[in-house]
Amino acid sequence: MRKVSLDKLDQLFAGIASREALYLPVDTAAGAKFERWAEGKQLSDALNTVRSPKDFFFPQTENLMDFKMEGKKIEIIDTRTESEDFVIFGVRGCDVKSFEVLDHVFLSEPADTYYKNRRDHATIVSMACLKPVETCFCGTFGIDASNPEGDIVCHKTADALYLDAKTEKGEKLLAALSDLTEEADAAPVEEQKALIKERLAKLPLADLKADAFGSGKTDEFFDAPEWKELSESCLGCGTCTFVCPTCQCYDIKDFNTGHGVKRFRCWDSCMYSEFTKMSAGQPRLTQLERFRQRFMHKLVYYPTNYDGLFSCVGCGRCVAKCPIQMNIVKVMKKLGGRANV
Amino acid sequence: MQEIKREILTAKAAELLENGTVTRVLGWKRGEFDYDVTPAVFESAAELEEGFVWNDFCGANFSKYLIKETAKGEGKVLVFLKPCDTYSFNQLLTEHRFDREKVYAVGVPCAGMLDISRIKESAEGVLAVRTEGDQVLVDTLYDGTLTLDRAELLPDRCKHCKSKKHVAYDELLGEEGEVLDSHRFDEVEALEKMTPDERFAFWQNELSRCIRCNACRDVCPACTCEKCVFDNPESGVENKAAATSFEEKMFHIIRAFHVVGRCTDCGECSRVCPQHIPLHLLNRKFIKDIDNFYGEYQAGAEVGSRAPIVNYTEGDLEPGEAVKRGETHA
Repeated sequence: MRKVSLDKLDQLFAGIASREALYLPVDTAAGAKFERWAEGKQLSDALNTVRSPKDFFFPQTENLMDFKMEGKKIEIIDTRTESEDFVIFGVRGCDVKSFEVLDHVFLSEPADTYYKNRRDHATIVSMACLKPVETCFCGTFGIDASNPEGDIVCHKTADALYLDAKTEKGEKLLAALSDLTEEADAAPVEEQKALIKERLAKLPLADLKADAFGSGKTDEFFDAPEWKELSESCLGCGTCTFVCPTCQCYDIKDFNTGHGVKRFRCWDSCMYSEFTKMSAGQPRLTQLERFRQRFMHKLVYYPTNYDGLFSCVGCGRCVAKCPIQMNIVKVMKKLGGRANV
Repeated sequence: MQEIKREILTAKAAELLENGTVTRVLGWKRGEFDYDVTPAVFESAAELEEGFVWNDFCGANFSKYLIKETAKGEGKVLVFLKPCDTYSFNQLLTEHRFDREKVYAVGVPCAGMLDISRIKESAEGVLAVRTEGDQVLVDTLYDGTLTLDRAELLPDRCKHCKSKKHVAYDELLGEEGEVLDSHRFDEVEALEKMTPDERFAFWQNELSRCIRCNACRDVCPACTCEKCVFDNPESGVENKAAATSFEEKMFHIIRAFHVVGRCTDCGECSRVCPQHIPLHLLNRKFIKDIDNFYGEYQAGAEVGSRAPIVNYTEGDLEPGEAVKRGETHA
């Protein structure tokens, strides 16, 4: 366990940034967002950034390859560049878990090399949540906000930042920063963990359970009459999917530049009317079906495919951002309650 | 605090269900917290009793829901309308977007709705919110009960409320209000005073945050195309991916042009934006220009009015004049 006093945080950031690119959440007028650190940028204490850190590995848009046409010849140009090493600092426990959810999708064979390239070059420095709020429910999915996963785990107390390396990558980074940190006693961290656990237990959503859902429950929930009421006022916008740290659906399209083609990938949303449109038309014609798809994916299909792991991490972004205030908590309570009857 | 109590609304709704005037009720439904109320359809007094909410977070404008709701078939739907909602209601009727005969509209006075994100700027872990006079009391997880100034927690659209008067209803609960001198163009004037470079930088900063979730469009009562051109892969402008961080300006500016003369300035676009982009300013700029160039016009003030922009009169401004006046702001 190492520590650095808070008044020396800038030196620590400068130390990391001198080795590799450093990204951290900073406060802006429109909420917290991850930015590349530069002299003067302060670490935000906000729990959620508006956009989740999935952007680092799965950006909203990315170029996959270019095609150049000359006569009857088509040249395929690999536009990939090797990612630089980078550190994402201050990732919350829920968001760290979201990387595991994304990994299963993108790193299963055949691995998505675009994603893997960025993932391999990243070191994740996580941050325990001293003050979880009412929209938080990571505990529902077995995430411990007092002791998140990550290459290095941080706890910020009133006067110091404690850093604990959990992986080889984390140890390597922490070793390189040994001049800027000092050996520390773990007692203050243990004390904070206990305090956070106490706070987590008192959250309004602390009792939310996912037990009713999971692997193999498709038939149980697919035709539930509750979907009608739940989806009734859904606008069909993409807010929930785009602020979600685990939503991973994308579209691949070609853009005609006039003298060639750029093949790009971009986020897509199952809430959109054209989602997964095929030559035979849309597989999900109504908003009810599209709405159901999103929540069944999080709570049933994904766990079915990946050993029971849910693809919601309880970050609460959709709870805070949905224009009509419909969200996975309400869905779980309505449908979960039904299953328990 | 809202003038009319929840019980008055639920009693009215139950009465209209009971006597057969309506078969269902569009209302706001209780969520996990005081602030996460969801638009919902209620079909019985019991459902109303259990879930109906009328509080400081009932901002959602139901007018657009009437398109879907009235298309469902027989029977009337009861809709509660705040003053600003009634302008959208009229505008949709002007555009023949729903069947007036299938709606029973009850006007409800509004004291302005609260913006939960403004509350959260001052309060960490919001457990409960209640209004007492000019103050809002917020129970929090870590700091006990905070007392905040209600006026500071209003979204821009309520701070600059254009009207407390209902321009459409079958029945009105409570006292009727007046059209207000809203100062709603103050912010537009501030933008007009900027140099083009400053203005460009302002919008670049705002619109570069756009994640293109389309919430502004999907909530907008003026955006009722059955198939939006931006959702149509055949249109060539589907624009799923922005080439630059500022390319989304195309979407927003085109959308603003599309609703010119039809936008009632209800402010739903800015309310729902997850990135807090002040989209209503684009619409207000157009409204202000229409007022300047063609005389004052409020979309939705009455049913059947023709917006100056689609209504030729001999006294219309010559296009050159608009350009000339525009240049004074250049």
